[in-house]
Order: sequence, then C-alpha cells, then structure tokens
Amino acid sequence: MGEDRKQLSPELKEQLRKAFNEEWRKELRKSIPAKERMKMSRQDMPQREPDVRNKDFKEVNQGLTKEAAVKEAMRCLDCANPQCVRGCPVGIDIPSFIKLIEKGEFSESARKIKETNSLPAVCGRVCPQETQCEELCNLKKATGVPVAIGNLERFVSDYEREGGKVHVPEISVSTGRKVAVIGSGPGGLTVAGELARKGHKVTVFEALHVPGGVLVYGIPEFRLPNDILNAEVDYLRKLGVEFRMNFVVGMTMTIEDLRKEGYDAFYIGTGAGLPNFMGIPGENLIGIYSANEYLTRVNLMRANQFPKYDTPVFLGKKAVVLGGGNVAMDSVRTAQRLGAEEATIVYRRSRKEMPARAEEVHHAEEEGIKFHFLTNPIRYFSDENNRVKAMECIQMELGEPDSSGRRRPIPIEGSEFIMEVDLVVVSIGNSPNPLIGKVTPGLKIGKWGNVEVDWNTMATSLDGVYAGGDIVRGGATVILAMGDARVAAREMHKYLSA
Amino acid sequence: MAKIIDRKRLVPNIHMIEISAPDIVKRCKPGQFVILMPDEKGERIPLSLADWDEKRGSITCVFMVVGTSTQKLSRLRSGDDIPVCVGPLGKPAEISKFGTVLCAAGCYGIGAIYPIARALKQAGNTVMTLVDAKANYLIYWEDRFKEISDKYFVSSRDGFFDCKDYIPKVLKDVLKDNKIDRVISIGCTYLMYTCSEATRPLNIDTYVHLNPIMVDGTGMCGACRLKVGDSTQFACVDGPEFDGHLVDWNELFYRRKSYFNDEIRSLCYWEREEKPRKMTKEKR
Ligand SMILES: Cc1cc2nc3c(=O)[nH]c(=O)nc-3n(C[C@H](O)[C@H](O)[C@H](O)COP(=O)(O)OP(=O)(O)OC[C@H]3O[C@@H](n4cnc5c(N)ncnc54)[C@H](O)[C@@H]3O)c2cc1C
Ligand code: SF4
Ligand code: FES
Repeated sequence: MGEDRKQLSPELKEQLRKAFNEEWRKELRKSIPAKERMKMSRQDMPQREPDVRNKDFKEVNQGLTKEAAVKEAMRCLDCANPQCVRGCPVGIDIPSFIKLIEKGEFSESARKIKETNSLPAVCGRVCPQETQCEELCNLKKATGVPVAIGNLERFVSDYEREGGKVHVPEISVSTGRKVAVIGSGPGGLTVAGELARKGHKVTVFEALHVPGGVLVYGIPEFRLPNDILNAEVDYLRKLGVEFRMNFVVGMTMTIEDLRKEGYDAFYIGTGAGLPNFMGIPGENLIGIYSANEYLTRVNLMRANQFPKYDTPVFLGKKAVVLGGGNVAMDSVRTAQRLGAEEATIVYRRSRKEMPARAEEVHHAEEEGIKFHFLTNPIRYFSDENNRVKAMECIQMELGEPDSSGRRRPIPIEGSEFIMEVDLVVVSIGNSPNPLIGKVTPGLKIGKWGNVEVDWNTMATSLDGVYAGGDIVRGGATVILAMGDARVAAREMHKYLSA
Repeated sequence: MAKIIDRKRLVPNIHMIEISAPDIVKRCKPGQFVILMPDEKGERIPLSLADWDEKRGSITCVFMVVGTSTQKLSRLRSGDDIPVCVGPLGKPAEISKFGTVLCAAGCYGIGAIYPIARALKQAGNTVMTLVDAKANYLIYWEDRFKEISDKYFVSSRDGFFDCKDYIPKVLKDVLKDNKIDRVISIGCTYLMYTCSEATRPLNIDTYVHLNPIMVDGTGMCGACRLKVGDSTQFACVDGPEFDGHLVDWNELFYRRKSYFNDEIRSLCYWEREEKPRKMTKEKR
C-alpha cells in the first residue's frame, strides 16, 4: 500500500527549502515573532446552530471570513522543516499556501495548492486533517493546537471559486492521443484534469447520470454542497474534457472495444461500489438498507423531496446506523434530517476506534445523535408486514489488536438485548466494484477483489491501463484516490509520450 | 440524454417504447435490461429489452403502466428526450441447445421473453410459447411468436380462447403432452412463482427473470438483493435470470411491495400537480 507518512522526496525537500528562503517569506516571518504567533488562538470554524441545521441539508460549516483566515495563517510558524507536508498524502506545499494567505494573496494561494491538489475545495471539507497534516504540525507539538490547515485550504479555494476567477491553466498543444477515464469520482476527475492540461483528449465515462462518484451520491450536501463539484466539473469541461454519462464500461463497451475506437490509455477509477452486509438473519427485511442505497436515494435521487421527486425513502422514527466511519456518520445525520425521533449509531468497538473524521463525530453529537458503543446486531425481527421492527444485539468487549491495529471486538456471552428499530442502515464498509474485473480478460485482480497495480506507477497487468483509488485500496479516502490519480497521470503521460 | 424514436400502446395499459441507443444495441443480448429515467425528477427503473435493431440503432422495451414512472413513460412521444437510458445491464439469459424449451410469459413479460425465445430457436431448440392474458384483447405480438415457435399456446380467462384457466393449469397440460427440457418464465412475480411451483414436482429446469426494485443497476446499492438458495444475490449483476426453484419467493413478494404506500402517494401527487401542467403544454 502507498505509505502515508513517507519521508519527503529530495525534490520536494528542495522545493520547500527554496520557497522557505524567498525574500518575502523571510520578511513575513520576521514581522511577527514566533512566540507571538504561538500565543494566538485557533480561529473557530463558523457553524450553523445544531438544532437548526439538523433539520435541513444546507452546509453545516460556513467557512472562515477573510479576517479570520489571515489571523489563522499568522499562527503558522513557517517552519524550516515543515512536518505538516509529510502528513499530506499528496505533498501540498502547505507553508507556502498559508503564508500567501497571511500576505493577502488568496488567488495565488489557491493556485499554489492546485499545483498538487486539483480538488482543494473538496479536500478542505472532507480530508481527515487531524490524522494527516494537522497531526504532524509543529505547532501542535509546541502548543497542543495545530494550524487549521484544512479550514485554510477550504477558504482559499472557496475564495477563488466564489470570486468567479478560477484560473484556467494553459493547455499544451494537442498530442492527438485519446484517454479514457472510467469512473468520475475524485480519482477519475484528477486524472482527467492532469492529462487534459498536457494536451491529451480525455473522455470520462460514468455509469450514473451525474458526475462525481461518491462525492455526489455518497457524501451529503450538508458536508459537501453539489455546487462545489459542479464548479470542478465545469472547470474540467473548460479544459476540454468530455463527459459521457450513463455509460458502464464493461457493459456498454469493454476496454477492448474502446481501444478499437482509438483510445490509447485507460484509468480505472471505479471505486468501492459493492456494499458489505453482515449476513445475519432478517437482513433483507423491508426497512434495512445498505448505506450506499440509503445515501443514493437521498443525495442522487433527492428522496428527501419526495413526492416532488419520484424516488421514495423510508423515514424511520427509530433509525439505527451500523458502523463507525464517515459513511455511518453521514447516514445517521441524514436519518436525523429526514425526521427520525431517535437516530443512533451502533458500533461494535469503542469510541476511540471509530474511523470517522473527528469533526463529523463532534457535529453528530451536537446534533443529538445517540451512540451505542461495543454493540453488534445478531438478528432482526419483523412486524406483520415484513418491515423491520426490532434488532437483537449483543454487547462486545475489546480483545487483542487485529491486523488493522485496532482491538478486536469479542461478544460477551449472555449480554443479548433487544432494541426497537424501524429503519436500519448497514454501513460496515464497501468492497471494490467487481464488474470491470469480471469482463476484462487479463486484468489481474487481488484477493480482496481489488485491481492489482504496481504501486510506483499505478499500472495494472494490462498495457496502457492504470488504476487507483478505492478500486485498488478498498474503501479509502478522497485524498488517497487523488494521490493515486496523480501518480497514474504522470505515468500515463510518459506512456502516451513514448 | 436518449431520444425516443417511437412510443405506442400495444394493448390497454401495455406500451412499447423504442429508444435511440446506438452503443447499447451493439452489445445487448437476450435477457438483459436497461435502466431508464423518464425525466429529471423521475426514478431509475429497469426495463427488459424486448427487441433491438442494429440498423436503426435502437432498442425496444415493453412496459405496463403501474406507477408514476411508467405513467410518465407512457406519455412520451417520438422526438422527446429522456435523461437516462443505460445498459445493457445484467447477465444475458443462458442460450444453448437444451432440446425443447417452453417460454411462459404474461403482461410485459410477453415482450421481454421474445428475444430469448428467438435466440433459443436460432440455437436449434424446439421452442414452445405459452402466453397468458386475462382476455383476448390483451394479447400482443402473436404473429412474432408464431413465427419463431413450434407450438403456440394461450391461457386466458375470458373464454374467447378454448380455455378459462390461469397459466399453471395450462402449463401443466402442456408439460403432460410434450417432453419439455427447460421452462423460462417472465411476467409479474406471481406468474413466475406459479410457473416455478408447477414445474417443481416434475423436476424440470425452470428459469425466471426477476424484477426487484433497483436503483443503480450496477451492483452498487443492494436494493435489488434477494435470497436464492442459501445466498443473497444482487439481481442487477448476478441476474436477472435465476433458478425459479431456488428463489425465496416470499421475500421477493414483500420486497417488491416495500414502497406500496409511497407509490400511491407519488401517483396522486403526479395526477394533481404535474399531469395537468403537462396536458396544457401538450395541447399547445
Ligand atoms: C458516504 C461516504 C462518506 C465519505 N466520507 C469521506 C470523507 O469525509 N473523507 C474522505 O477522505 N473520504 C470519504 N469517503 C471515501 C471517499 O469518498 C472515497 O475513498 C473516494 O471517493 C474514492 O474515490 P474514487 O475516485 O476511487 O471512486 P468513487 O468516488 O467511488 O467513484 C467511482 C465512480 O465510478 C463509477 N463507476 C463504477 N463502475 C463503473 C463502470 N464500469 N463504468 C463507468 N463508471 C463506473 C461509479 O458510478 C462512481 O461514480 C466517503 C465515502 C462515502 C461512501
Ligand atoms: S508544521 Fe504547522 S506551523 Fe509548521 S509550517 Fe506546517 S502548518 Fe505551519
Ligand atoms: S440495483 Fe443497486 S445493486 Fe442492484
């Protein structure tokens, strides 16, 4: 697997050192002594009130003001040895973009981020900064409170977009080579942008009718408004990228068919679209959803506006979501917004092991979500209409750490109890989408159903076919999908130029 | 976007729709389906492929008008656009030389089974067709079936034909009089269920094409899951063809009715709010 906490490459170190030694940076550093900077307190992210926001789908976080962003940027010590960059899976030049904010050059700052991250408005909102850049930030070591790197990233990209002055970079002369990007999630969009800029003719093929992958059908608008993604897609269209929606590669046409149509290189970014179920009795009762189905009904099909939109979704009074990741948090907060009297997380480990972003757990708590830790369902009961009405659970305790490093939950005998429920969302993870593997002869598939790649190049076993993101990692993160995509784009460009 | 080439009523409440789909037509096989969205606010609904024409670059589906989505589809005219037509989806029906195959179908399934029957004939099978309809005026594509069938039967309840029975009764008679190696059944869930039950004691391989609720149609959501034998399968990628003797019919019946009340609400809303507006526009 791609290592998150790698040492910085010599090139990146050199680039950071050069930027650090620029005259304006030296002056800016001197203008406020480090001691003063360390005394400043972290700027809070303005948020909508919990009991207002938990009834609608508008965004929770409102974004920093200009003044707050500049103040927050001042807290950054502009370290000679910036640890934050090591925590960033794509190696954004964090001190440079933050110091540009301090200087008031917001557009420049946005451009700086875009050198390495093509979707900063998305990442600023959904990356788990507290375990990446902000965890390693030197200011955290010194004072306990890191620079709000994520909030700053979000600020500059929103500033650029809302100002309507999104910089469209120069596009190299057309190379005449054709690239097929399969899947329009963050990985696919990143590859599309990178290769279009290099002058290749890029077409993105997407199975659904809206581009964005998990960013549109999975992550709700209260966390990531659709406008942001639409702006990204518009930007790619300006770069000449073509989008072909309602096109399932493998079914509508295979990779081989596309080769015959003149495509020279391929990127498989089809994501982790296979929902896992627990396989316990009663799991197919009415009112039990996979998180994918539940969120797709609401986010993509707009079931929250039923009957104005035709797709329905069950409105539970006692909604339970199984799992402890981001997907579970999104599902449970969605259930709450759709009017559940009680929306509860049931998670088999303890709070500490929950993989969700800290901010989402915090927001969920503020909004009145209940948590049942160390609890696992073992079967469901139905009413006379085959609708789920109760769930038998068992209490768990934590044993030795398992392969993921988290302590393994073990059932406590005799601790079974019944919980009343009328809506269950199973959110215990997704597996790689198996479709492409099944219909593409010669494409090597790993034991988890993942597409196998050479981690240095993201090349698959087929010539000219690359892959990345959740289809190779299983459910991972937006930024890891984008990191893979950048490596793949670099290698695909080499392949196309050879 | 996909263009509607033609839409017409075949018999009361059953329509056919021909859609321009130059990519789909090149790869589709008997037994596969497409997912359509009638308009921007519509649901994604699966429809079986009933025919296709490579020269015209078009596919044809047959549907029964039941809920809001099919109401909307039934009002489309040639030249209209629909936002989603994606496919072909699902595994193709198994086609090989089985010997004698009986194709038993009703309502929209008469259309859906047609390409399968045709392919089975081409593969060298003796093909018998059994069509179920409440009354004689609900039967369509008779000429098409007669052309490809070695024998053609009807079960009906109106006495126009020489028969007053529901399909399993006629099915049993046909099975008694003929040596049948395989039965394929497509239609409403009840029809497929009764056909499967009729052949179970005789141990004749029986395959059904199931129609659970779907959303994406690519294996992403699990809406279409159903129990077949000991395992849960996703109809959109593992099916839609399944062994009728292994399907958990009870589960399929209730899962299909999951949104019964919502469907009525949706239809009432559409009748009240959308239909009048649409009709004034159509008049203009
Ligand atoms: C509800 C939810 C919340 C999440 N929250 C966070 C978060 O806060 N932070 C974070 O970092 N990560 C989060 N994640 C994970 C993150 O979204 C994924 O890791 C990331 O989107 C993976 O990107 P990808 O490009 O690999 O694929 P995806 O985003 O999964 O996109 C794949 C796309 O490919 C399409 N596709 C599939 N098969 C085909 C085919 N055969 N032909 C054409 N198109 C096809 C799919 O329809 C889909 O649109 C969350 C995930 C979910 C579900
Ligand atoms: S480690 Fe923290 S203080 Fe140092 S440059 Fe990075 S963000 Fe600024
Ligand atoms: S319809 Fe979503 S998995 Fe089959």
